[in-house]
Amino acid sequence: MTVHFKQDEPDTRNLLDQGSQGVIGTAMSRPEGLAKVTGTAPYSAEYRFDDCLVGVLVTAPFTKGRITGIDKETALAMDGVVAVIDDSRMTARPAQGGAGEAPQQSPRQICYYGQPFALVVATSFEKARHAAKHLPFSYEADDVSDIPLDPETAETEAGDGGMQAGDLAHAMATAEHAVDVSYTTMGHASAAMEPHAAIAQWDGGRLTVHASLQMPNYNISELADALDLTEDKVRIVSRYVGGGFGSKLGLSEETTAAALAAMELGKPVKVVMSRQQVFQSIMRRSESSQRVRLAVDAEGRLTGFGHEARVSNLPGEEFAEPVLQSSAFLYAGENRLLALDVARIHQMTAGSVRAPGEAIGMPVLEAAMDCLAEEAGIDPVELRLRNIPEKDPGKGLPFTTHELADCLKKGAEAFGWDSGPRKPRQNRDGEWWIGTGMASAARVHNVAEAKARVTLNADGTARVQSDMTDIGTGTYAILTQIAAEMLGLDPANVMVELGDTDFPRGPGSGGSWGAVSIGSAVVIACDAIRQSLAKKAGIDADDLKLKDGKLQGSQPRSLSELLDGGNMSEEGHYEPGDISDDYTSSSFGAFFAQVRVNRHTGETRVDRMLGAFGFGRVLNEKTARSQCLGGMVWCIGSALTEALHFDPVDGHLVNCDLAEYHVPVHRDVPDLEVMLVESRDPAASAVQGKGVGELGMCGGAGAIANAVYNACGARLFEFPMTPDKVLADMPD
Amino acid sequence: MPITVNDRTHDLPDDPRVSLLDFLRGHLGLTGTKKGCDHGQCGACTVLVNGMRINSCLSLAALHDGDAVTTIEGIGTPEDPSALQQAFVEHDGFQCGYCTPGQICSATAMMDEIANGWPSDASAELTGEIKPTPEEIRERMSGNLCRCGAYSNIVQAILATQEAQS
Amino acid sequence: MKPFDLQRADSLTHASQLCSERNAKPIGGGANLVDLLKLEVERPDRLVDINRLPIAGIERMDDGGLRIGALASNTAVAVDDDVRSQWPVLSRAILAGATQQLRNRATTGGNLCQRTRCYYFTNIDQPCNKRAPGSGCGAIDGVARLHAVLGTSDQCIATYPGDMAVALSALDAQVEIASANDRHRTVPVREFHRLPGDTPWKDNVLEQGEVITAVTLPKPVSGRQIYRKVRERSSYAFALVSVAAIIDMADGLITRADLAFGGLAHKPWHDPRIAEALIGKSPHEALFDKAADILLEDAQGYGENDFKIPLALRTLKAVLAEATGVQL
Repeated sequence: MTVHFKQDEPDTRNLLDQGSQGVIGTAMSRPEGLAKVTGTAPYSAEYRFDDCLVGVLVTAPFTKGRITGIDKETALAMDGVVAVIDDSRMTARPAQGGAGEAPQQSPRQICYYGQPFALVVATSFEKARHAAKHLPFSYEADDVSDIPLDPETAETEAGDGGMQAGDLAHAMATAEHAVDVSYTTMGHASAAMEPHAAIAQWDGGRLTVHASLQMPNYNISELADALDLTEDKVRIVSRYVGGGFGSKLGLSEETTAAALAAMELGKPVKVVMSRQQVFQSIMRRSESSQRVRLAVDAEGRLTGFGHEARVSNLPGEEFAEPVLQSSAFLYAGENRLLALDVARIHQMTAGSVRAPGEAIGMPVLEAAMDCLAEEAGIDPVELRLRNIPEKDPGKGLPFTTHELADCLKKGAEAFGWDSGPRKPRQNRDGEWWIGTGMASAARVHNVAEAKARVTLNADGTARVQSDMTDIGTGTYAILTQIAAEMLGLDPANVMVELGDTDFPRGPGSGGSWGAVSIGSAVVIACDAIRQSLAKKAGIDADDLKLKDGKLQGSQPRSLSELLDGGNMSEEGHYEPGDISDDYTSSSFGAFFAQVRVNRHTGETRVDRMLGAFGFGRVLNEKTARSQCLGGMVWCIGSALTEALHFDPVDGHLVNCDLAEYHVPVHRDVPDLEVMLVESRDPAASAVQGKGVGELGMCGGAGAIANAVYNACGARLFEFPMTPDKVLADMPD
Repeated sequence: MPITVNDRTHDLPDDPRVSLLDFLRGHLGLTGTKKGCDHGQCGACTVLVNGMRINSCLSLAALHDGDAVTTIEGIGTPEDPSALQQAFVEHDGFQCGYCTPGQICSATAMMDEIANGWPSDASAELTGEIKPTPEEIRERMSGNLCRCGAYSNIVQAILATQEAQS
Repeated sequence: MKPFDLQRADSLTHASQLCSERNAKPIGGGANLVDLLKLEVERPDRLVDINRLPIAGIERMDDGGLRIGALASNTAVAVDDDVRSQWPVLSRAILAGATQQLRNRATTGGNLCQRTRCYYFTNIDQPCNKRAPGSGCGAIDGVARLHAVLGTSDQCIATYPGDMAVALSALDAQVEIASANDRHRTVPVREFHRLPGDTPWKDNVLEQGEVITAVTLPKPVSGRQIYRKVRERSSYAFALVSVAAIIDMADGLITRADLAFGGLAHKPWHDPRIAEALIGKSPHEALFDKAADILLEDAQGYGENDFKIPLALRTLKAVLAEATGVQL
């Protein structure tokens, strides 16, 4: 049976609070934890199949043009080479998240440096790797001087998210205090630790692909469409995904290539991208240039709010880094201007990288707010508190729950925020200037359609199945807890099976919507089972009390006794409804950071950082906290070290490895403190929760930038704030 | 001479190009050791060779005849995990889990290095006893990237294990 | 990775013979070489496994110096009791480089031969005179963030990336080299690495068939020893600028000022005029400025790396201040 729930209004039943097991929200360790720490959890490239061949992608060493010929014969004569695949159905660039249709094909038409256009298949990795390096091909490359590479000079198109209300210019001119500041942020890579990988098997009628993907529910449509197969002929398995951060949202080059090779050769084919290929052909986060204009009255209340941004992408790509997403509603100001431009350039596809939009829009806005606080002589926390709007200032809609004020106050207190007058260069520890800074956090809340099957077995155990993934986010844990709570089971008696498209379609992991969407589907399925159990027990469902595998009451009965040899299975189907027309919904938070800046070298290190986050219900205190911690580490990276560097001549990515693209290391990360400011948000989802996966990085880089200024007096308008930039702006 | 991996001996591959990492993963099926970058830039492939942690991706298998290799599979199993592995679960010292075997192999060796009094870049003095402070642990674990950002929890897991053992 | 023939050397002479044939290379730990083999930046026909040669020891010499076998791992050197107590700048430099995993595998000889991290050198589809003579230099008009500001040529602006050799340069260590027919020679570390000039493919003075057997340190000297590395990340990153310093004072005057610099040039940079300017003087900020002026008088930036010039100045001054107790 399928039970459908479409969320057209707040779900005030709060079904999860009716459970008696007492596991929901607790800091339960991940059920798959032992498999991960012992190396026994299988990731996509780690399944063993007899006669498995190995494919290595061949990429274009030029920026734009076309491949005119491939000398397969020479390649096939090389040691161990079995085939050269150059099928026109191969993927030229990854699908954007949620595309649900074949990504760009025609791989011989080269649009960016490093674009894969062929696959060399051999009997061993070593042989395939060598042959792929030496596959002879001819090409016609466009003159690099004719190729738009610089987003500042390239042609632009208007992106989504623009709006105008009132007269910002007038508000700026007549304001008591105003700031008009411009920033740049450099591109980012997801750099998930597991490179993109797939093993494809074709049995003559059906394709099975073990692939590292975040959203099998969309990826199956993308792959089927790319291969001209119907979806029932395709199965995708992604039980363990070694990090995604947006890079595995859409079908990418290795999976299609493995599938085509397996179908052509009739043998399993494994394709794993090299780290360099991941950097060069998977999504980048666009660089940006941004201008923020803020005008306040004498009390520090915003009268004008402007946020404009320019980002880039390949011609024809719909995605534009949604920089202004949270600027639309975060602060008040009746005179508003938001505008986003997309420059068309030939670098690898720009797409979702953890917290697309807010990851770079929020730090810039929050750095500008710090300038405003200084200009107006108002404490930065107080300035934000004074500008929390009653309603979404653009749409006029009420918010679902709004935790910003709570997070600002509780965070400030826990951090020991000094609300006294602020001046840079007041604290020194030897060679180091010490300073503090803060920022608000906001991330729009999304939900997606989700289905999950829950089966209560005759022996009193339960099974949860969906093609939803756990990319490190904690899906295995929270679905275990939801089912255990709803059905009154010890979590050890709940088995969660994920990442297989033979199961009901989940929402996929992305946009921070995974937990609340699939969690809602599981709640709905469990609720239906509870109804059936109540009926069977001859009691009203509201009186049903399930705990430790027993129906509680004057005479407790075990579930297996009640089930009497049968089982109960329900498919929960959660669907977002019209409620988004009635509310604006976002997760909120606040960051506080203390940094040290070396007065000689400009090196910056984060001493301590605290984040207070509100996102409705906490499903698992441990995994939710970990999500926030992870986001804060990304704040440190994007504030201080992470930058994609592109060659100015031909536009290729020069630092395409983990030695030179500097993700934070252990030593960059101090003790991080996370406060979970919990509430119930019945309008957000059927679990009364909002997204948390990305919130932890939405603004924190701004807190670090503000702390750098407070420490050493260098007011930087560029991210990341590497020592060269700090030194250039640091007063002597 | 053959190579010994987790107390079992194996013949080395014929192709001298096979890295120790690809030998472990591809030839022996010991896929607990991960390939994150294949160039010594992430630490996911960390294993112990004769007790010393190394990046198995940057070493040719053929150079390891006679060596004794310990991989994550030799450190503990789901049925019998090491104290450190248990602490990683308890403290949520991982998220996606891909860097985790490398982190654990690395930390296992690191505890011995500290006990041996080996200094690090974070040590104030080059000689004398080394205290396993968070800063020491962070510097010594910096060869193991974690993109999920589980660093704080990893340090907590290591500290808890250190404390329980001392 | 190109197929190659792997041979094991059972003696130094054997190693030199095996290496003297065209396009053969010795392999020790392989920490840098295997990386470059995978990228096909290095494409030898033969690799000579020298790991069984008896050149891994570290021993005190009669003159009080230290002889470090070429196969001694970076870790073995950094934690050696004598090195830690008598030549601490070497321990510090090694510990500031790479990671424990890499230091466990990397050898002293291999580390001296570590090749540049220039992005254009490691991408075989880009021009690079070092990798493909005559193909041009991608970095000069490209992204030159990591690159050299001293001793560059119009052919190459790559840097030597290591830390250990910078300390060895400050210590005025010697490199012992063996070649076929049991010939041996000794080259000062300061002359081991080359400037790119018109032959940027030659990183150092080793000739085909030559194998480094040891590095020797002169007897310990008194004074403060400091290795200071400026980097973007707090660990596991190559130096933007580094300074190795051995500074001694007597009666308020500087009596020793052995300095070497990393991240600035195609070799660990040593300029004897800096010591001349400092020795015999009372330390003060203006003197440090003068030392920095000498260091940087011919420095040339290439846009993105212009910052290295002020950064080198500031780092040198910070190190001199730390060593002499002067407040800046």
